[in-house]
Amino acid sequence: MSNLAVLPIILPLVAAIILIFFNSKVHVSRALTKVFSLVGLGLTGYIMWEVINNGTIIMETGDWIAPYGIVLVVDSLAAVLVLTTNIIAVACAFYAPSAGLGEKEKYYFYPFFFFLISGVTGAFITGDLFNLFVFFEVLLMASYALIVLGGDKVQLRESLKYLLINLFSSMLFVTAIAFVYGALGTVNMAQIAQRVQEADQQGILTTVGILLFFVFATKAALFPLYYWLPKSYVVPNPVISALFGALLTKVGIYSIFRVFTLIFVHRVELTHEIFIWFAGLSMIFGIIGALSTSNIKLIVAYNIIPAIGFILLGIGVMNETAISGSVYYLIHDMVIKSALFLLVGVITYVAGTSDLKKMGGLIHTYPLLGWLLFISAFVLAGIPPFSGFIGKLLLLQGAFEGEHIMIILIGLLTSLLILYSVAKIFINAFWGDKDAMGQIKKKSTKGMVAPIVFLLSLSVIMGVGAEYFYPVADSIAAYLMDPQIYIDSVLKE
Amino acid sequence: MEIIILILSGILFATAIYNLLQKQLLRIVIGTALLSHGAHLFILTMGKLKTGQPPILTDGVSEYTDPLPQALILTSIVISFGVTSLLLVLAYRTTQENKTDNMEQLRGKANE
Repeated sequence: MSNLAVLPIILPLVAAIILIFFNSKVHVSRALTKVFSLVGLGLTGYIMWEVINNGTIIMETGDWIAPYGIVLVVDSLAAVLVLTTNIIAVACAFYAPSAGLGEKEKYYFYPFFFFLISGVTGAFITGDLFNLFVFFEVLLMASYALIVLGGDKVQLRESLKYLLINLFSSMLFVTAIAFVYGALGTVNMAQIAQRVQEADQQGILTTVGILLFFVFATKAALFPLYYWLPKSYVVPNPVISALFGALLTKVGIYSIFRVFTLIFVHRVELTHEIFIWFAGLSMIFGIIGALSTSNIKLIVAYNIIPAIGFILLGIGVMNETAISGSVYYLIHDMVIKSALFLLVGVITYVAGTSDLKKMGGLIHTYPLLGWLLFISAFVLAGIPPFSGFIGKLLLLQGAFEGEHIMIILIGLLTSLLILYSVAKIFINAFWGDKDAMGQIKKKSTKGMVAPIVFLLSLSVIMGVGAEYFYPVADSIAAYLMDPQIYIDSVLKE
Repeated sequence: MEIIILILSGILFATAIYNLLQKQLLRIVIGTALLSHGAHLFILTMGKLKTGQPPILTDGVSEYTDPLPQALILTSIVISFGVTSLLLVLAYRTTQENKTDNMEQLRGKANE
């Protein structure tokens, strides 16, 4: 019992409420946002240290003992994800003042920013299936407000679709929870897991599991449920796209992680086999989307889909190597996707367009941006020694151990095409004559580059210093492969 | 009793999905409202329907109503109420700005 578990949810919530009062004073809002995000980072860093040294932190809200009340469980997986979330929050908080939000900054941008962080953190921490739904709604509500901020014609149109698809999948989620409750009589994840192991009729449970998978697959944008993602992630401001791309789909894939390593592990040969195919198809269709467009924002948005495919691949293969690869790749992808979205935001800002065909020769005016994009292309594609390589290596090694040769080939081909899709941005936007875009005036990128450098250097450190990070991912994988540890730590038997 | 309610929630789901597949925006909004009703009734049925039983377990009471589904529905109703009102505003603004409420015309172009 420790109140530490609830602090990462409460802190952004309080910050959001305080910021509502300073809405019209932009300078105060900016300063407070930076301070609160740094405090959040410090706090989650401390929690991470606690979890690694003293094990899972569990909090029973209102002192209701485990299966009856709502439990908050900060285990090693949740702790590392919450820490990454807060790192991205810091980067976005420092980027936001120069992101060109203009008047929109006064439309309660900062409060919604913190509501979103609070919802995401809550979804990672909670140990209760219905509470997971509630936190999904918290983060979705904040995301609805952020995506439509400003209210352009296109923005309204795309956010309506985004809202509808999420509303539909949320209702499906409620229905799936009703099935779980009807079959097992509980919504506490640890107890569900325990009862699934003991249940006689497991056929219905497999069906419920697949239904839950489709709910989370919609939120995580997996094939064939990704069609809502690219356009709706492109319409808002880059800093909002970066938050969405780094956090929202990852909450979906985290839920698949949690549910299918803890609860529905009774028919691995059926459920997880399907995942491998979904993973492969997500990779293929996602990367085809990225290659089909010349809009740089869309290229990055489409690149989310194969990344989710890679993470799902590890869950599908379900051995320790592949799971540790998935965890590594998940963290890597959160960091690099936010960096890429911010970077593309800067490029669009300096070029004045997001169409590749109208760009060229930017390297003469902005050499630093060119190099940053060059490095991030390598990180994304998984070229050694960057972090993407370690994650992919572990994933493919795991797939090889599980004898899934076909998916390895698809994965390798996709990696190559990912490199091509990002290199296309580099070649078209940065190479070429100095005057390719006419006489462009050099715009100031002050305050925009530092957060990107911060995120990218983190990504490089995760790759070069893999010997320090790999043991953590490995211990998380060992922990996830044995659901009994989670059940025992929550139910205290 | 459970069977009747389950059929009712099935009908609600079916009409909801029929409405969601329409082109007119308001019909889609009504579809989402019906969908949430169907889901809520479904949760209620999953906790078994009883009349005249106390919702708490005390000594000597062997028959009781399950309070948990009711708590879940209450939370879910509040959430879907909030989302529906947001959706109505958003749908209204979208129709005003784009000058159409036909989803076919709200498709958008490639490379936008």
